[in-house]
Amino acid sequence: MSGRVSANPTASSQATHAPGIAFILKKALISALVALVLFSLMIGVRTEAGPEGQLIYWTRFGDLAAIVAAVFGGSIIIELLRQWWGPVGTVRVVPQPVQSALSLAGRLLPPVLLIFTFLVPVIFYNERYILDLGILVLTYVMLGWGLNVVVGLAGLLDLGYVAFYAVGAYSYALLATNFDLSFWICLPLAGILAAFWGVLLGFPVLRLRGDYLAIVTLAFGEIIRLVIINWQSLTGGPNGVTGIPRPTLFGIPLSAGDDGLAAMLGIEYSPTHRIVFLFYLILALALLTNWVTIRLRRLPIGRAWEALREDEVACRALGINTTTTKLTAFATGAMFGGFAGAFFATRQGFISPESFTFHESALVLAIVVLGGMGSQLGVALAALTMIGGFELFRGLEQYRMLVFGVAMVLLMIWRPRGLIGHRAPTVFLKHSQAISSDLVKEGHG
Amino acid sequence: MDYFAQQLINGLVLGSIYGLIAIGYTMVYGIVGMINFAHGDIFMIGGFIALITFLILVSFGLTAIPLILLIVLLVSMAITALYGWTVERIAYRPLRHSFRLAPMLSAIGMSFVLTNYSQVAQGARVKPVPPIITGGHTLHEGADGFVVQLSNVQIIVVLTTIVLLALFTWLVSSTRLGRDMRACEQDQTMASLLGVDVDRTISMTFVIGAALAAVAGMMYLLYYGLVDFFMGFVAGIKAFTAAVLGGIGSLPGAMLGGLLIGLIETLWSAYFSVEYKDVAAFSILIVVLIFLPTGLLGRPEVEKV
Amino acid sequence: MSGEPILSVDRLSMRFGGIVAVNELSFNAERRKITALIGPNGAGKTTVFNCITGFYKPTSGAMRIVQDDGQTTQLERLNDFRISKLARVARTFQNIRLFPGMTALENLMVAQHNALMRASGLTFLGLIGAPSWRSAEQAAIDLARTWLDRINLLDRADDAAGNLPYGDQRRLEIARAMCTQPALLCLDEPAAGLNARESGSLSELLLSIRADEGTSILLIEHDMSVVMEISDHVVVMDHGVKIAEGTPREVRDDPKVIAAYLGTDEEEAIAVMESGT
Repeated sequence: MSGRVSANPTASSQATHAPGIAFILKKALISALVALVLFSLMIGVRTEAGPEGQLIYWTRFGDLAAIVAAVFGGSIIIELLRQWWGPVGTVRVVPQPVQSALSLAGRLLPPVLLIFTFLVPVIFYNERYILDLGILVLTYVMLGWGLNVVVGLAGLLDLGYVAFYAVGAYSYALLATNFDLSFWICLPLAGILAAFWGVLLGFPVLRLRGDYLAIVTLAFGEIIRLVIINWQSLTGGPNGVTGIPRPTLFGIPLSAGDDGLAAMLGIEYSPTHRIVFLFYLILALALLTNWVTIRLRRLPIGRAWEALREDEVACRALGINTTTTKLTAFATGAMFGGFAGAFFATRQGFISPESFTFHESALVLAIVVLGGMGSQLGVALAALTMIGGFELFRGLEQYRMLVFGVAMVLLMIWRPRGLIGHRAPTVFLKHSQAISSDLVKEGHG
Repeated sequence: MDYFAQQLINGLVLGSIYGLIAIGYTMVYGIVGMINFAHGDIFMIGGFIALITFLILVSFGLTAIPLILLIVLLVSMAITALYGWTVERIAYRPLRHSFRLAPMLSAIGMSFVLTNYSQVAQGARVKPVPPIITGGHTLHEGADGFVVQLSNVQIIVVLTTIVLLALFTWLVSSTRLGRDMRACEQDQTMASLLGVDVDRTISMTFVIGAALAAVAGMMYLLYYGLVDFFMGFVAGIKAFTAAVLGGIGSLPGAMLGGLLIGLIETLWSAYFSVEYKDVAAFSILIVVLIFLPTGLLGRPEVEKV
Repeated sequence: MSGEPILSVDRLSMRFGGIVAVNELSFNAERRKITALIGPNGAGKTTVFNCITGFYKPTSGAMRIVQDDGQTTQLERLNDFRISKLARVARTFQNIRLFPGMTALENLMVAQHNALMRASGLTFLGLIGAPSWRSAEQAAIDLARTWLDRINLLDRADDAAGNLPYGDQRRLEIARAMCTQPALLCLDEPAAGLNARESGSLSELLLSIRADEGTSILLIEHDMSVVMEISDHVVVMDHGVKIAEGTPREVRDDPKVIAAYLGTDEEEAIAVMESGT
């Protein structure tokens, strides 16, 4: 028996009487009118640089009319849905059997997902596209888990995570191309450099709160990108670094030659080998991130991170050095970002500053928030949906950012606390009870 | 010396544009405590609207420049204000009582939407226009032949800024709306208990901020002769830096910050390097927030335990 | 063991811009005793607390902590977390600052952060699961368990702190402060919002803390029954200055104190007292 309990008594903007057709039509008309004004010039008129360099324009009133009509219709639909669904924030009492089933599914999902992931290269061995997509998803899962330490656990608003990704990628690229070091040496070095950079960046700014920390980290991310673009002698500028060597299986290259792995194993060489190897490599790196994070959560440092997010003042009163605590969160997240960056460099063989824009930081942050901050499973699912979803829209190349932006807005309105609505405690006497997200604070940096 | 004087003039003009955008940031942060990440893109939309309006008017044969400018100003202010209102209504109001990250991500999403929307609607290429206002005045001719110029465009930008700033300061200090805004800044709950329509006041704050950003967009178009869909992002960060530098929540601070940022950027490009001018602006943001978090004209906050 | 007071506040002043919140305040808190700081609202009591516990930097004055082994620390030179860590001063807050998204047990574990960090070898021993870490962690859980038992929250150890009833939250906050094993426990209005029965058990708890742990207690309180019942020494403030000090009985009968609370002046208070009301 399900019931509806309104959890949002402040929904003052919602009418409490049953809205009639006239109300819906009026709302739709206003929306259409607003749309008409908004889109009149931007869509109704199209400018372009003409053949002699001057600006010409032509009208697209047909498109304008279509969009206004769509807004009108869409507004009616939304209004009808809203009446049927209840205002945002209405809590539904879930019946007990459904709750138990969901809980069981929740416990089974991580192992099932993990096994499935291990088997992806086996199942989809011949579908290069799926393997590449898998590698991309896993890269973002790792980035999400890395940023999760900073934003989800410690509650520090980091909008410049791409900076560590870039430091890792460029460190690896430059070390590998200039000093001929193998992947397995460069990877930890890239992580250490990124962590070091995290400490350097973090130290002056970590006493800032909330929004200010966010904008400063954003500024740092942009500075790194601009420095990369302009410091041509070091980084190759906009052309990037090319010829990054592929990873080897501890020195054995995955190539077609006689010294290659295929020859050693006595099987026929196929380019898919390298892809499969890369897949398992990023999977291993991601699982390492996951394992370290889970262990750290149970150790005093991880608990201090979460306490920091809950109430920084109380932490100080308990003798916790909040500055070093924040720095360790920042550095740990940076290190994982650096690892991911190194992987990215070796996977592509070529990197350029275009891959390290603010959009990346925003995307990873969206993954962490959508996942339900602090939840490992949530972040993984969010990465899967967002990157997978992104790929689905590949055909609509120019509309992708538009759809992404709209999706972000809608997701925040619908589920601001993310997909996974609870937090698991790290230590318990009798039994571990999940704590609802409503109680968990989101941190102020 | 002449070169410096010229850079000074250029810097102040650029700074006026930043200041107009910064006011929007500082007002919104003061009243709802959020950084409106989409505000820079509102500025960009304002520039586009000004561009299109201008094109249409010229193609209809209108030649009186003052009339054209006035119509473009009013139209772009009105339409861009509506954009600002719509963004607040759709993306921020539902999240007003939610936790901090939600409106921030929503704002970032909105920023992507606006950027991509103008890219899709108007094509990805930069739109150049021939100079609308030409001519200027020679202020000083140096011995080396370097001429210090004050162009008519620059005069218009500065004059418009001054007029708007005066208008706006009057609005905030003397009108009912301004009083409501200040009340909401202090204590929203109390203000609403006293009969202030908080929703409407917040909406109007966004609307006014957007209108000023539209003016900035139009000024940018007149001054630089081009708009592109990406100009909102960088200008947005710089304008926010200006708002913080001046003291977030302070209106004169926003304008002061804007002027300073404009000056620093211009002087840096002139005397050091053009490529790193954005780095300079971002670095200032970081330095200001570390050493002077309340800005130049802001009020220091004591943490309540 | 030192015979000196555990806390000596000497001419403490705190100024906020033009407002003088605390003006040349001097008092002592005796070792292993309960000292109460009382006064009408706005007297500056929480400001004093914030100075002692490092949340404000005092404008002038000195505050000295003397540990049992004689080691002294000047609090005005420390700030922030160091006061808890080095000077062993713990505090609770007027508005309860628990970690609501963490369980009661986790709250008490966070309190033992510094000891556990050392035991985990700055995390590294913990990462590899060294036996020395595991036994240290178990000892911490045991300490937490003891305290939970003491405040009757053992069966709610795994509940989120934000879900606990108000009275339980207050006691949990005190237990959390005690888990840092402080020499001086500062409590900011611990009885606020508690009914008679709850404040009775709070008094018992504080008395047992003084008896069993030997912790010195400094508390701000408005609930006079608690103050009268447990305090060894009372300091009265009004408008930022000390107006009286002594045993609870002495202070209760002091006309200056009565005047301050009634908002009248001293003569009127004496008149009221003498008229037998």
